[in-house]
Amino acid sequence: MIAAPQRHVIAHLIGKEEIMVFLTNLISGLSLGSVYAIIALGYTMVYGISKMLNFAHGDVIMIGGYMSFIMTMYMGLNGWLALLVAMFICTVLGITIERLAYRPLRGTGSLAVLITAIGVSYFLQNIALLIWGANPKMFTSLFKGMSPVHAAGGQLTITPESIFTILANIVIMILLTLFVSKTKAGKAMRAVSEDNGAAQLMGINVNQSISLTFAIGSGLAAVAGVLMLSAYPVLMPTTGAMPGIKAFTAAVFGGIGSIPGAMIGGLILGIIEIFSRAYISTELSDAIVFACLIIVLLVKPTGLLGKKISEKV
Amino acid sequence: MAERAERILKNIGLRGLKNAVKGNDYRREASISYGILVGGYILLQLLTAAGLISHNLQGQFVPICVYISLAVSLNLVVGISGELSLGHAGFMAVGAFGGVLMSRILGQSMSFEPAIVIISMIFGAIVASIAGFIIGIPILGLRGDYLAIVTLAFGEIIRNLMNVMYFGFVDGKLKFAFNHTIEGIEDTDRIITGAIGATGTKTMSNFTWGLLLCLFTVFIVLNLKNSKQGRAIMSIRDNRIAGESIGLDVRKYKLMAFVVSAALAGMAGCLFGLNYSTLVPVKFNFNTSVLVLVFVVLGGVGNIWGGIIAAALLTVLPETFRQFADYRMLTYAIVLILVMIATYNPSIKSRLNAFLGKIRPKKNKGSSKAKRKKSGKEAE
Repeated sequence: MIAAPQRHVIAHLIGKEEIMVFLTNLISGLSLGSVYAIIALGYTMVYGISKMLNFAHGDVIMIGGYMSFIMTMYMGLNGWLALLVAMFICTVLGITIERLAYRPLRGTGSLAVLITAIGVSYFLQNIALLIWGANPKMFTSLFKGMSPVHAAGGQLTITPESIFTILANIVIMILLTLFVSKTKAGKAMRAVSEDNGAAQLMGINVNQSISLTFAIGSGLAAVAGVLMLSAYPVLMPTTGAMPGIKAFTAAVFGGIGSIPGAMIGGLILGIIEIFSRAYISTELSDAIVFACLIIVLLVKPTGLLGKKISEKV
Repeated sequence: MAERAERILKNIGLRGLKNAVKGNDYRREASISYGILVGGYILLQLLTAAGLISHNLQGQFVPICVYISLAVSLNLVVGISGELSLGHAGFMAVGAFGGVLMSRILGQSMSFEPAIVIISMIFGAIVASIAGFIIGIPILGLRGDYLAIVTLAFGEIIRNLMNVMYFGFVDGKLKFAFNHTIEGIEDTDRIITGAIGATGTKTMSNFTWGLLLCLFTVFIVLNLKNSKQGRAIMSIRDNRIAGESIGLDVRKYKLMAFVVSAALAGMAGCLFGLNYSTLVPVKFNFNTSVLVLVFVVLGGVGNIWGGIIAAALLTVLPETFRQFADYRMLTYAIVLILVMIATYNPSIKSRLNAFLGKIRPKKNKGSSKAKRKKSGKEAE
């Protein structure tokens, strides 16, 4: 904490307005980063347990968004109830995708699985395109009607979307860490991700563990989708693709397979993106985000919190 | 004329058959590949001369050749080097915009079009190979999924950079601007204008250039595949550690495949750029990379002529069946998943092979290939 007189000096030097702009950007960066973190959790858990890059994860977000949209728009459901329904549908979708597309290819090497995952991603996008069309839908915020919070004498406005997204991220992170470290199913998941074969010998149902991972990841994807669309309300069949790729970037950034890594990676990536948008260039913000990924991979290929896995003959 | 063409076609077909009987893998693959390309070219030219081909489809000739060339060059990375590259469109973009730029510069002083096309294509290949080299050096130490995601990231970075690049002539001199428009420029003097892309390009491509491009690409890829270096690349694909242990420089060989593939993609991109008077960077997004990957996968990973057929058919069919345009990508997606499962799932694969064996019981076709695949899998 900066003491009051010092803060006054800083404010004097840089100008109060610039600090406020900086803080506003920081908060929207944290909020966007939280969305990335929640999506990245799905990637990181799935990658940890089945060593595959689930390319279709981003599109599960989009499906979640559409489900929530339909539930509120046409079924007249409350936003929160719609979120629950969307979570359920995405969970089922995630399990189905794993069962039908990924399980037949388990243990066949990354090339085959990755290409299949790209196929699934395209499948979901084009199904959405056929059903809902290419025209963007305007998503109603989950927090509509809530008033924004004013801080620092009314100069700093924080939207309810930002607050809830950041809070949701923290809650999910804590719950998931507890689940993975304390419960039996969580421990089984960790065992499978450490050594698939040994876990099976210990009587762990590997298929069930992997299904559970996909279920959790996809359910979280629905949450992330609704939170993201509350802040950036344009819903299209391709809505999930870019955030999906960026969230994977975040997962790699933080060290794939690590839950706190996903959170740190997501937050850093969100902040980098918002700041490069605000201070460097809107067009180049994606390029900067991806450049950061490449730099991280070059300096520390396992990511910030990742463990090193040595290749055996 | 027509008779002669038919005779040539027959000859090529026969030679292909002869080699197939001889069982020479390389010559068989080469003769089938060249046969398809030259045969297809002659056939399409004859049909065009007879007026049997719609104007729309004629406009697709150059893109078909470009996609064939892209599929063959991507096969070098995916099939022969065994790494998944998701940024092929990025190299295509570099080649396209580099080539268009070169053609405009040359167009100021030269009027002999074939020379302009050749120099532009070489320039496109050089720029793309430089991009491939810069990208390849740091990332080729990465494994599977990481490499795929980084090539994707690079493809997006290239496209993003293209969105903020400005080239044009001011008073006859080439000017470049980054992230802002060039001041005091006439509209007709613009070459590349950020997100609007390349404008005012003089279209110089035609089907014959397309054929030459395809032949050159196939020639390079097949000869690389069947050289000492190519065998080294494939042995690293099959077992990286074993390759390292006999003293192969893994990075060098992977980089070789990657850079050659990028250069060929740049060349194809250049011809693509010269085919349109305006060209937007959005054309080279992730979807294009995936489309080329679909060609490679459906043609059979590592199979050169399979990729050629897949690229040609999948570019022509959507044009012919426009009423199903909405279902095109959906079908691709489903076919992609099914093909992957059918070719890689152990139980389905063995059942499929047994089924095919019943249909064609006489030859144990591609047994060495199957063995190679199997040993590679065991090592994993």
